[in-house]
Amino acid sequence: MGKVLVFVEQRNNVVKKASYEAVTAAKKFGEVEAVCTGANVEGLDALAGYGATKVTHLKSADFENYTPSGYAKAFADYAKDSGAEVVLFSNTAMGKDLAPRVAVKLNAGLAVDVVSFNGDGVEATAVRPVYAGKALVEVKVNSAVKVYTLRPNTFAAETDGSKGDVNVVEVSDVDLGSKVVEIKKSEGKLDVAEADVIVSGGRGLKGPEHFNLVEALADSLGAAVGASRAVVDAGWRPHSEQVGQTGKTVSPSLYVAVGISGAIQHLAGMRSSKYIVAINKDKDAPIFQVADYGIVADAFEILPELTNEIKKIKAE
Amino acid sequence: MKIVVCVSHVPDTATKINVGSDGKTIDQNGVTYVVNPYDEFAIEEALKTKEKSGGEVVIVSVGTDKNKDTIRKALAMGADSAVLLKDENYRDSFAVAKALAEEIKAQDARIIFFGKQSVDYDNSITGQMTAEMLGYNCVTVVVRLEIDGDKVTAEREIEGGKEVVETSLPVVITAQKGLNEPRYASLKGIMQAKKKKIEEKDAAAADNNLEIVKMFKPAPKAPGKIVGEDVSAVPELVRLLREEAKVI
Repeated sequence: MGKVLVFVEQRNNVVKKASYEAVTAAKKFGEVEAVCTGANVEGLDALAGYGATKVTHLKSADFENYTPSGYAKAFADYAKDSGAEVVLFSNTAMGKDLAPRVAVKLNAGLAVDVVSFNGDGVEATAVRPVYAGKALVEVKVNSAVKVYTLRPNTFAAETDGSKGDVNVVEVSDVDLGSKVVEIKKSEGKLDVAEADVIVSGGRGLKGPEHFNLVEALADSLGAAVGASRAVVDAGWRPHSEQVGQTGKTVSPSLYVAVGISGAIQHLAGMRSSKYIVAINKDKDAPIFQVADYGIVADAFEILPELTNEIKKIKAE
Repeated sequence: MKIVVCVSHVPDTATKINVGSDGKTIDQNGVTYVVNPYDEFAIEEALKTKEKSGGEVVIVSVGTDKNKDTIRKALAMGADSAVLLKDENYRDSFAVAKALAEEIKAQDARIIFFGKQSVDYDNSITGQMTAEMLGYNCVTVVVRLEIDGDKVTAEREIEGGKEVVETSLPVVITAQKGLNEPRYASLKGIMQAKKKKIEEKDAAAADNNLEIVKMFKPAPKAPGKIVGEDVSAVPELVRLLREEAKVI
């Protein structure tokens, strides 16, 4: 068995859920070391419970915010010294940005958006969607060092609750060639890329003013609001909410499609959701081919009642 | 100053994808190819950058003669010239980046645009790899860009918001939808594009690190259940989500 390094992602000094998934998944490759770049990250000791035999905090005040050049250099330098054969990232905004930079620095092949591995150890092959999920490929990375990014919400995060020591390494020569100077948060909104439940609306809503019905249902479920390409192109909703081939590919536990017919680009981006509910008045809409549960009816009729029912349950 | 835009030639997103007879690539039957959608934002931003600060927009693409369709469209939008780096064989992103980096070095370009990802392999990594090989700065998934002298300020999309990145030239920018509104090629532009030169050369040699073992279609989903056709179906739907799917 080889040595595997996991890049642990943090925002505001808090470890992201996807990193716990990556550490848990890393065990199949061998001995796991979790490495986090940050200023003063909390809770790193808990990574031991997920399977990390060593946890390292690459620490610098310059790492408070993301710096693509700084994180890439510090992490790649550390990876080189550690002799890791496998390096894992999460396929998040930060992981996608960093992994290719690190791969080049390590002269390593990179397979992104992995949803499963075949086999154990460093010889394992990776399976990942292509063409936005219309097909999958099994790939083998042939370089000495192999880098993968794992799709969030796909690998289980499992801990035995134990905690371990954190090895702190102060980083002095931070490469600040590019750095984040400000973060503009979307007002109190959950992002479809991270959400466990998504309620998406399409043209069946008939106008942007009716998305309050979608938002109300999403609120009752603690869900993110998504949108079809048609309504994004029409300017009803922002592109950040678009699910599908030219938007985001998602795999939540529950995906509720409201007034979405299910164009091939949309289906490609959400078909790997664990459970799909479709509400559409056209019984022949392609969305029903991927839905686990369907209601063939007008969204305007169903949504208020469904929101009420969910609220009742959540209140219990 | 030269501004390079790296473009790829990809199947239209409305295309049905089937696995080809080699079991590793797609069946080309009935597949129409287009300019990679995200590359249109990259081309537009390059043209806007030229309009503001001057320079020359050069299109670079790695692939076969078929890529010329996409290159011509970029030229019709207003790019000045193009280079096709030819290779008949499959290249992974690492090998594509190698070829691009060599060409960008030869062009001595300091502002490089990519689409944030190609909608075929969906890697979203070629821009960063090319930048890293060149030792250039790189900002990905950009929705707003300002270049002032050597100073670059870019907003990139992240989960639940945007982050503002400061960096400097030379820089690689990967474009996200929302960065701009790509222009349509004018009739004049289309006519002129026919006369513009596409330089052809062999892509720099590079080894693939990634081997495709096989390609396959996702398993078809078992047919779902139509719970009902009016509002009376709601309680049953909620029960199923709670007791059968256990997701609420």
